[in-house]
Amino acid sequence: MPTARRAADAAPKPSEDRRWRLVNRTMRLHGHKPDALIETLHVVQESFGFLDEESLRYVAAALQVPLSRVYAVATFYHYFSLKPPGVHTCVICLGTACYIGGASGILEHIQETHGIAPGETTADQQISLVTARCLGSCGLAPAGVFDGEVAGKLKPETVLDKLGRWARHDHDA
Amino acid sequence: MTMTLEELQGIARIEQDRQGGFSHHVNVCIAAGCLSCQSGQVRAAFEKEVARRGLENWCQVKGVGCLGLCTAGPLVAVEPAGTLYQNVAVGDVPELLDALGASPVARLDAADHAGFFERQRKIVLENCGRIDPERIEDYIAEEGYQALYQALRGMSPREVIDQVTVSGLRGRGGAGFPTGLKWTTVAKAPEGEKYVICNADEGDPGAFMDRSVLESDPQRVLEGMAIAAYAVGASRGYLYVRAEYPLAVKRLRTAIAQAERLGLLGRDIFNTPFGFEVKVRLGAGAFVCGEETALIASIEGRLGRPRPRPPFPAEFGLWGRPTLINNVETFANIPPIIRKGGEWFAGIGTAKSKGTKVFALAGRIRNTGLIEVPMGTPLREIVFEIGGGIPDGRRFKAVQTGGPSGGCIPEQFLDMPVDYESLAQVGSIMGSGGMIVMDDSSCMVDVARFFIEFCMSESCGKCAPCRVGTAQIHHLLAKITRGAGRPADLTLLEELCDLVRHTSLCGLGQTAPNPVMSTLHYFREEYTAHIEERRCLAGTCRAASLEEAL
Repeated sequence: MPTARRAADAAPKPSEDRRWRLVNRTMRLHGHKPDALIETLHVVQESFGFLDEESLRYVAAALQVPLSRVYAVATFYHYFSLKPPGVHTCVICLGTACYIGGASGILEHIQETHGIAPGETTADQQISLVTARCLGSCGLAPAGVFDGEVAGKLKPETVLDKLGRWARHDHDA
Repeated sequence: MTMTLEELQGIARIEQDRQGGFSHHVNVCIAAGCLSCQSGQVRAAFEKEVARRGLENWCQVKGVGCLGLCTAGPLVAVEPAGTLYQNVAVGDVPELLDALGASPVARLDAADHAGFFERQRKIVLENCGRIDPERIEDYIAEEGYQALYQALRGMSPREVIDQVTVSGLRGRGGAGFPTGLKWTTVAKAPEGEKYVICNADEGDPGAFMDRSVLESDPQRVLEGMAIAAYAVGASRGYLYVRAEYPLAVKRLRTAIAQAERLGLLGRDIFNTPFGFEVKVRLGAGAFVCGEETALIASIEGRLGRPRPRPPFPAEFGLWGRPTLINNVETFANIPPIIRKGGEWFAGIGTAKSKGTKVFALAGRIRNTGLIEVPMGTPLREIVFEIGGGIPDGRRFKAVQTGGPSGGCIPEQFLDMPVDYESLAQVGSIMGSGGMIVMDDSSCMVDVARFFIEFCMSESCGKCAPCRVGTAQIHHLLAKITRGAGRPADLTLLEELCDLVRHTSLCGLGQTAPNPVMSTLHYFREEYTAHIEERRCLAGTCRAASLEEAL
């Protein structure tokens, strides 16, 4: 994980960054038991945006779980990411209703315009494109999430418009 | 603190009096679907406008759970007039308030969707769209926690299980295992620590029933779990929820805190020795964790990989202890069964499938949303009367039930009653309740490819038939949709499906071939058109790639 390692080098040590307090609190609430692993990784990702090598090592040591198992869990579950996200994140739902409703066409448009496939981030680190298995917003298919806000009945034009504003660094985007 | 029946009834009365004091109720849907169409702003606008007009004691504005007709959100229900407004925008608020007590605003009236509501029967969803999911008092006012009181103070664990057995309730997670039997097995396990787990890892694409129930009536699920814990002798429970449902998680956490504050969860509930503590555990995006042994592994903080059964979790579950696992909807059915009796529940539905079923209706259909119908309701009624039929003058092709483990049901079976047995007979399953309608613009080969791609990437990799088999099936289907298929591929597909189905370790692999087999069976002409004529009958598989292949 070369990118992750560079990010980890730049990050303050666990004791210095207040975001670690939340992580430590979670582990304490679970009595530092190994079964707190997934819950803890959720908090790490929520606080830092992704899981870097340093945090995996830190959690492994604190919960006394082999690093190999921490890495296995972090890579087994789709929700966890080992790469830092872009400034903005666009999630396109690929559940059945959204697929039938044309979600793959939207993904193709994004790829044509911004050159990113699902799971990738633009070179300028502005936009990350992610797909979701099902957001449960099937009634509004096709649906997506733009920086945490769910939007339904998407059309390629509206999605491209939104992403275009992100790419141009519009502050009101 | 511990609560007495008088205190519980007191809370209910105060709440009923408070709500009864208003002449009008404006209920704004704040479930995820409507929230994503800005219903939060609509609710705020109503509150602001009511305050500006000084009507706070005359009209109550309340956020409620799912009103069902998700496609027409944001939805606003006005009581006692019984009007449902659709596509409400912030700008409509003054006009809607003007209309209170007068004739409804015709422009926004959802009366033309009457068919959507008329044929439903609500048990699981009876509070959805009526109560504020973030206030336990509202739940208590609707007979909430009375079933738990009745069970703890008036029934033995055995009697509780008997009622569930008599009700004929079957697991709503998909497989339809008799709930009473499952509870009996856990209850019979030797004493000691036991666990109750609620499976809210609703991973099927196209399903949002559990999410809606958790977002709209979380206390109902907690009450059901507490009753189950009493019946089987457990004192701890876990709710395993998808991390992709942040709103459901937030409301559940609020609900647990409120129930603990009133002593409805915790120690010595209703002055009995029974105590029950619930924790929320977040899933992390692995479909296989819906399988019970994988789910248990995930709660234990490990990789979500299934293990062979037996031993079943009822004997050897969480941390090796006897564990009861039921789905959200199953638990939500429990309080009314205890309140009204198993016989009452058994009077609804068909001979072998009792009660109602919640479905998430989506796809190429006019009224998408959340519905609840008695078991045995014909598919045609669901699709054409509740669902309002196919939009844009297109033709119905198939309805897909059971997600990636289910099958596609063609038109000739539309008059079939929806119950566990009938669906299995035509090669599909009940599943958790996702129902996706497809019209003639959907290519069935591509749909099969979509589902098998899902199973392929969700396979945990533990057993070879599922890991390798789904990849090979996907390879063949991708080849066919690309226009490079050969006639022999169909035989190969059938053999592979048979192999994966019979030799996979868990339900994921065993059912993964279902979408392929059912489309091969009912829509074979679409496969042969791709192979022999290099043509996609629905026109969705790209003409370009098909031509290239020529």
